[in-house]
Amino acid sequence: MSILRVTRSALLAAVLTTPLAASADKMPIPADAPAAFRAECGDCHMAFSPALLTAPDWRRVVGQLDQHYGDNVRIDEKTRGEIEAFLIRHASTRNERTWRRDRAAPPHRSDPPRLTGTPWFRREHREVPASLWRDTRVVSASNCPACHGRAEEGSFRKRELALPELQRRKEHH
Amino acid sequence: MLKTVLRAALSTTFVTLAAAITLAAPAASAATPAQLLNTYAAEAARQTPGFQPSAQRGAELYARRFTASEKMPACATCHTDSPLQAGRHAVTGKAIKPLAPRAEPARFTDPAKVEKWFRRNCSEVTGRECSAAEKADFIRFMTEGS
Ligand code: HEC
Ligand code: HEC
Repeated sequence: MSILRVTRSALLAAVLTTPLAASADKMPIPADAPAAFRAECGDCHMAFSPALLTAPDWRRVVGQLDQHYGDNVRIDEKTRGEIEAFLIRHASTRNERTWRRDRAAPPHRSDPPRLTGTPWFRREHREVPASLWRDTRVVSASNCPACHGRAEEGSFRKRELALPELQRRKEHH
Repeated sequence: MLKTVLRAALSTTFVTLAAAITLAAPAASAATPAQLLNTYAAEAARQTPGFQPSAQRGAELYARRFTASEKMPACATCHTDSPLQAGRHAVTGKAIKPLAPRAEPARFTDPAKVEKWFRRNCSEVTGRECSAAEKADFIRFMTEGS
């Protein structure tokens, strides 16, 4: 990797993480969440923070709930609208730009989109050994609480990492 | 005298009101597994006179492998071989508390929640909705057979 490349990606990383830098490890569910959000979106996986996807992506997620990553999770239109408005109100403004500019990590544009496919997510997790994603205690990258002991409370601090091998890693740093 | 009567009347009204309110709040959701079982069993009996819920049939339904879903062929896929154990969603990895009320007392006490999950998971695993008879058998297995 040339010095130029390194500088460029360091700069890029600095620019791109700025909007969230102050709170990269804190993503609680905002207090104005409609009750339906936790009830309808926290049953099969944890209720993801709206800050994890952009508004256009959330529209695509909740615009096709009958084709939800292989599941049909359709809900009545009124509830769907409430949840959509909430997600969009607190959506990330960061990733759109990232996707266009972060050529180091080509976007994984599935439909519906995945927050675990965003370059931001990949960057935060580039030190996680590949084998760990498929570990029987983890099963899927979307299973944040498997590794982040306080993910349900919206906290992702490194010292809260739950798996023993991640804790060992932590001490080395 | 009048004052005492009035006060008594008032406080009775208050107590009745308070009781009504406390009763009304959880009444919408609170039930026992036995009540839920009875509701499904009664519905099944209307369709099949003489129906009796069976823990054995419930256990068979729980363990049976269907062909509708590759990743979730059976209830036991996510809930493990025993409903007394904690499970894990086969796709998302989400931790699932045990299904049996003996291990997890809040199970089968909220009719709306129970209906929601029967609808969702029967469709997912079996490819169709479950009948009232199957639901009654299932709850009997959860409460007595496991
Ligand atoms: C019936 C179960 C179920 C319900 C209810 C449900 N989901 Fe999902 N969701 C899934 C599954 C299964 C996946 C795929 C998970 C995986 O591959 O790790 C998923 C994945 C997702 C993802 C992508 C995660 C990733 O990998 O980045 C998002 C975002 C998401 N769901 C949002 C929602 C929202 C918003 C709601 C509420 C409207 C909702 N889900 C309700 C089952 C469900
Ligand atoms: C396989 C385990 C694993 C899973 C699953 C996982 N993470 Fe992480 N995550 C980690 C590790 C390990 C780190 C620290 C990486 C490092 O040290 O650079 C991390 C870091 C983070 C950070 C940065 C924390 C900080 O201190 O700035 C955030 C935010 C985060 N993860 C969010 C998530 C979210 C949201 C999910 C679920 C959609 C998730 N993670 C799923 C292991 C995991």
